Amino acid sequence: MSENLDTNNNIIGRIHSFESFGAVDGPGIRFVVFFQGCGLRCKYCHNRDTWAISNAGMEYTTNDLIAKISRYKNYFTVSGGGVTLSGGEPLLQQDFLLELLPKLKELGIHTAIDTSGNFPITDKIAKIIDLADLFLLDIKCINDEICKDLVGVSNKLELEFAKYLSSINKPTWIRQVLVPGITDHEEDLLTLKDFLSTLQNVQKVEILAYHDLGRFKWENLGCNYELEDIPNATTEDVARAKKILKID
Amino acid sequence: MEFKQWNGFNKAGEWTKEIDVRGFIQSNYTPYEGDSKFLMGSTDKTKKLWNKVLDLYKKERENGGVLDADCKTPSAVNAYEAGYIDKDLEEIVGLQTDAPLKRAIMPNGGIRIVEKSAEAYGFKVDPETEYIYHNLRKTHNDGVFEVYTPDIRAARSSHLLTGLPDGYGRGRIIGDYRRVALYGVDSLIAEKKVELEILDTDEFTEDIIRRREEVADQIKALNDLKAMAAKYGFDISVPASNAKEAIQWLYFGYLGAIKDQNGAAMSLGRTSTFLDIYIERDIQNGILTEEQAQELMDQFIIKLRLVRFLRAPEYNSLFSGDPVWVTESIGGMGIDGRTLVTKNSFRVLHTLDNLGPAPEPNLTVLWSNNLPQGFKNYCADISIRTSSIQYENDDLMRITLGDDYGIACCVSAMKIGKQMQFFGARANLAKTLLYAINGGRDENSGKQVAPKFAPITSEYLNYDEVMEKFDQMMEYVAKIYIKALNAIHFMHDKYSYEALEMALHDRDEDILRTMACGIAGLSVAADSLSAIKYAKVKVIRDETGLAVDYKVEGDFPKYGNDDDRVDQIAAQIVKSFLRKLQKHHTYRGSKHTLSILTITSNVVYGKNTGNTPDGRRAGEPFGPGANPLHGRDSNGALAVMNTIAKLPYEYSEDGISFTFSITPAALGKDEDTKINNLVSMLDGYFKQTGHHINVNVFNRELLEDAMEHPENYPQLTIRVSGYAVNFIKLTREQQLDVINRTIHERI
Repeated sequence: MSENLDTNNNIIGRIHSFESFGAVDGPGIRFVVFFQGCGLRCKYCHNRDTWAISNAGMEYTTNDLIAKISRYKNYFTVSGGGVTLSGGEPLLQQDFLLELLPKLKELGIHTAIDTSGNFPITDKIAKIIDLADLFLLDIKCINDEICKDLVGVSNKLELEFAKYLSSINKPTWIRQVLVPGITDHEEDLLTLKDFLSTLQNVQKVEILAYHDLGRFKWENLGCNYELEDIPNATTEDVARAKKILKID
Repeated sequence: MEFKQWNGFNKAGEWTKEIDVRGFIQSNYTPYEGDSKFLMGSTDKTKKLWNKVLDLYKKERENGGVLDADCKTPSAVNAYEAGYIDKDLEEIVGLQTDAPLKRAIMPNGGIRIVEKSAEAYGFKVDPETEYIYHNLRKTHNDGVFEVYTPDIRAARSSHLLTGLPDGYGRGRIIGDYRRVALYGVDSLIAEKKVELEILDTDEFTEDIIRRREEVADQIKALNDLKAMAAKYGFDISVPASNAKEAIQWLYFGYLGAIKDQNGAAMSLGRTSTFLDIYIERDIQNGILTEEQAQELMDQFIIKLRLVRFLRAPEYNSLFSGDPVWVTESIGGMGIDGRTLVTKNSFRVLHTLDNLGPAPEPNLTVLWSNNLPQGFKNYCADISIRTSSIQYENDDLMRITLGDDYGIACCVSAMKIGKQMQFFGARANLAKTLLYAINGGRDENSGKQVAPKFAPITSEYLNYDEVMEKFDQMMEYVAKIYIKALNAIHFMHDKYSYEALEMALHDRDEDILRTMACGIAGLSVAADSLSAIKYAKVKVIRDETGLAVDYKVEGDFPKYGNDDDRVDQIAAQIVKSFLRKLQKHHTYRGSKHTLSILTITSNVVYGKNTGNTPDGRRAGEPFGPGANPLHGRDSNGALAVMNTIAKLPYEYSEDGISFTFSITPAALGKDEDTKINNLVSMLDGYFKQTGHHINVNVFNRELLEDAMEHPENYPQLTIRVSGYAVNFIKLTREQQLDVINRTIHERI
């Protein structure tokens, strides 16, 4: 993706929104930056409004963003938190990240990138991975047929991405959204478990319960919500999946 | 002074030579840096007693909110015979009247309000009492309304100034009830007699004469206190000799105050660490066990949960439920660097587990980054489970107030026994802005309330023009505001002087009095000015030229998102308003202070304020305290905190209140994470120089269910703007406001 420059030739990031008190996207208290734009089309997406890429979102230079983030340092230091770059898909704005991440590092702010990992490991991606402290990697579904249907693309790249993170021992949390009847089949979860057992770098595996709280965003945009008849995943559903995966 | 009751105490310092409770604490307390594992559950005796109280609560609710009232005997320190819940079960005794939850009348504040309150609950004031107060004895309320000027009356009835304590007790005075336990009443009387000698001056001025009269009243109140305690079989003329007596003596002091005054806030002070010294001594001496110590504290807290006043329904809808603000300040750090947290700081919080959550007493933790980790974690844990704690920034307040201050009401810090305040409710600055635009006419009634200024006549509002007029209108409001408060407090001192509470203070000469003014509608005023500055605001006028609505074209920075463009406008309003207040002479030379606190009255203030230039619709509630308007914050909780932390405490020393609500899931995934995140949030907020935060942890569904089925939630407690309330006692309007108010939940 070609990125924007402002009149002073600063790289411009497109940002959808912020959550200053993120307690569930990485360790400690996180300032979550939701990037604008996503190439996937996950049917369960709860941030449907982040998909559009061109001319959408707010424009930020890295310095503006750093100024905003720095205001929360008091909360990061005591909690062991930091910044989580989420979206949308942050890795769509690579030049911006390449400028942002070193600045955060210089300030001693812990960084996590929440991504689908649906990217080939190019030089730029490798550099970004090197600069970030933690990855929150979404494995959409280990079963590729289901994956393609559910999110619109194959899981091939993201699994390669996971292997690369493992190969350089980059701290990683694996996350999968548990969608009842779609991503909760026992045989798939067992396959996922086998795959995860080949990785060296996984600090945590999180099963996120599917919920339809983001549905209104689809409706606001006049879009059809395909998972209409799918119930929310219950605590029991999550416990069952965790048991199969032998986590916790 | 020398008493056998002091055996075993460290006598270092001045505390044995003169009244110096802080000195006693510093020489004798044992800081506790551990965790909560030592705590014990409540005893069978306490459980039985508490169940009786729960039954009484139920009967009180079934009876329409008031169980019983004595409508003949005007309340006073020693007006009633002894009363009990169940004498055999009570470790700590003493009730406001001769029966639990039976309310008293306090007509010195005003007889009409007493009649109205009694009638609202199906009671009738005794004819003789009525006769006396209508014909023979003047009241505070009478005095105030005799001197009120037309401009004050107009500002009052148009809700430019609201909630003024001209028909109810001002409260917000904390007697140092610990003195009763440490010194016994006779020593306190002796000290007051010394003051009388000092007040025997050559120049016998009006001021000296007044002070002599007040001290005489104080001595009488102290004698009444002894007589009241004697009815319960205790001689409190001498110091307390053990933990049980210390709690009992201290409670008698407090009980005397609530028999004497129906103040808007009757706060307790900072007592738990003081009491810990007695408990530790008894434990060391082998005469008290941990279980018994907890029993004493549980029973003390039960008594504080029984405090009731007879008040009018309008008052309750302004302040929600039965507010008493029995505020107890817990923890904090000493100026020598030792923590003031003791085991008893844990015990007092532990009552929320033993007896279940409750709005009273109003448990307030004085938070410092240096508090022991075990205590921080325990507070967070209790907060998450009960929503019954508020937090205030000890690191901020200790700078000016030292380490023996307490909170009166919600956020008003004062040195215990050395400071008092003239409570001043608040001015509606959102309405002030509308008056600025309308040349002093009220946007609802069209009446000319403030002096006739030239109104703004342009189609679109111009920021500089509005600011200039807003500034002038604030000048006017500041002037009548201080006029009103001077009248109120002059009359309160004259007709409803708090003799017992002031008897538990230092000499008058040494007391700092503050004139505690307040602001309502800060975020609405700031957002409106931001809309005028950064978007375009078109004025819609009625046929008389009155601006009645506004159309905002374009977006604008909104208060609550850590955006300096608007946050600095809010900070500037605070500074500017205080400076304007400071131009006016105050009664008794009191120091001007300001608070940004509304309790739940943000609903009533909003109701009486028309459409505002930020797009808020007429009648919609303001944000509580310093909170942003509902739904205006779009960057999450910490952004709101950063905004509020920018409000200058130096200009708002009477407190800046923030009400924070979050769903349990948004706080973290497991219990330890939740505790860690809440602790970190508090540490961060206070490092950011935030002053106060109420923490609520609950689900929207739970509150909705409680609205429909109040009977299932008798103890559901929530915190709103400096105060905890029983959710089911709120009006439906206030319940909806609480639910609609930003509950931070992440999708």
